[in-house]
Amino acid sequence: MTMPTDRNGTPGSVTRLETGIPGFDTVADGGLPTGRATLIAGTAGSGKTVFATQFLACGIRDFDEPGVFITFEDTPADIRTNMRGFGWDIEAWERDGKWAFVDASPRPEDQAVLVGDFDLSALLARMEAAIRRTGAKRVAMDSVNALFSLYRDHAVLRAELYRIVNTIKALGITTVFTGERTEDYGPITRFGVEEFVADNVVILRNILDEERRRRTLEILKFRGATHQRGEFPFTVDAGRGIIVIPLSAMELTQHSSTIRLSSGIDEVDAMAGGGYFRDSIILLSGATGTGKTLTAMHFLWAGVQQGERCVLFAFEESREQLVRNAQSWGMDLARMEDDGLLKIVPFYPHAMPIEDHLLRLRTTIEEFGPRRVVVDSLSALERTTSIRSFREFVINLTSYIKKFEIAGLFTATANSILGGTSVTEKHVSTLTDTILLLRYVEVSGEMQRGILVLKMRGSAHDTSIRRFTIDSDGLHVHEAFSGVSGILAGTPMRLGSADGAQD
Amino acid sequence: MKLHLTLFVAGETPRSEAAVRNVERLRGLQGDVHISLEVVDVLRDPERAETARVMATPTLIREVPTPPRRVTGDLDDLRRVMAVLGLHPLPAQHTKED
Repeated sequence: MTMPTDRNGTPGSVTRLETGIPGFDTVADGGLPTGRATLIAGTAGSGKTVFATQFLACGIRDFDEPGVFITFEDTPADIRTNMRGFGWDIEAWERDGKWAFVDASPRPEDQAVLVGDFDLSALLARMEAAIRRTGAKRVAMDSVNALFSLYRDHAVLRAELYRIVNTIKALGITTVFTGERTEDYGPITRFGVEEFVADNVVILRNILDEERRRRTLEILKFRGATHQRGEFPFTVDAGRGIIVIPLSAMELTQHSSTIRLSSGIDEVDAMAGGGYFRDSIILLSGATGTGKTLTAMHFLWAGVQQGERCVLFAFEESREQLVRNAQSWGMDLARMEDDGLLKIVPFYPHAMPIEDHLLRLRTTIEEFGPRRVVVDSLSALERTTSIRSFREFVINLTSYIKKFEIAGLFTATANSILGGTSVTEKHVSTLTDTILLLRYVEVSGEMQRGILVLKMRGSAHDTSIRRFTIDSDGLHVHEAFSGVSGILAGTPMRLGSADGAQD
Repeated sequence: MKLHLTLFVAGETPRSEAAVRNVERLRGLQGDVHISLEVVDVLRDPERAETARVMATPTLIREVPTPPRRVTGDLDDLRRVMAVLGLHPLPAQHTKED
């Protein structure tokens, strides 16, 4: 008997087969347990067939591990066609002898009348032949439910399925088989196959969360092996298939760099104790019109002056608007783009699910390799999704940005003009290293603007609220407001004034 | 009338033997019908099972005349097997084994 190979080389633990499905191996602590059978359970449309196909496709493409696909539902012709969009050329793999179908899809003319006892030895023999022919390391069966609707004697089917799975396991092959569920939260499968056949259970969900479709993947159990717990969002990307978004344990990771970056505004650098940290997340919160986008532009401008690449993810304004506005403050964004130092990526928040936005952001960051990233604004995104998805998005983006030692500046819009915190701020403030507030301040019947460094993790900072103005050169910070209280609460009061507000 | 049958079995098991025996009995009972029979062992010839898309064993296929018809199981009830194959029914006492 050949021992299954341990790609991770961890002695004394269950060996893992890296599936190659993006994000899944992270959630699975390295991959599927080698030589075991994993049930992929989900409701109709939850992505089971894609998962099963991708498991084989990644095996062939990334690890040169051939695979056998047993289809009980779709015809091989349908699968070849449906999966081509993901970039998987199954036909070519079949020609190369790396992929084999065992076609158990129903055909009316194959319908048999049942007279007496039977078993599924013919199916098993066909599977074994295909495994021998291809030298398969991976097997996918999709879906076992169809098998149960074919024969009425479910006790026989269960016993046969058990025998088939065990025979394949004995060959050291890693198997995934799909099973349909009737509800996203309920019994694992309709026919209860998991208890006696599956070593591992993975659940795919496709749920409505605050009127938004949301796909999640949960590893329910890995027999004798560790895995991450809970539901992880995933998307089905047109070109790449399933991409699981692992909520890494980076939520509480703080910045580790002591290198400071300029905010682009000298006074703000001074307020922050010498500038932002290089791998930190800065939340910039303020009401509409307070100067958030301008502050963000200063940040990008400073980066470009240093020869650093910068990306601006714009969820609120079009590229043209941004370029025009920046021009009025004396910043030439188009030129920065021409020099290859700036990339403006406009987004329409409602155009796609938040998980897809995250993917695009990550792809851009990977491809462009920026040192500074601005998201303007997080609030625009927040409005398109549930609080939970939004938080996951921010956690993911922040951990991703930190991994690459990038400084990230996110803007958030406060919903009241005077004071008050933004909803966004409430949900993401714990994830950020620095919080900068921009506020309108009404003093003696005149509207002024104030700026405050509310939080600066790992550094001393100015705690006063300072007045600032905006002109054609951009943003200018002046003296601290004195004799005024209640600015943060949105009810500024002049203290000790001659007007006699004090009694 | 002529019939061509293919019987797919898996190895030399009691179940396979029962199916073969039942088809032989059926041939004996249908003296006026010419029945040719080919037995395929899927363990030796899995590609035949693949081509014929057979999953369960034993499976008896009536290849001729067309359209093909299939019976799965050890064929312990000849009356029902004959009905599927389109053969004339026999008196009840002959159709059950023992």
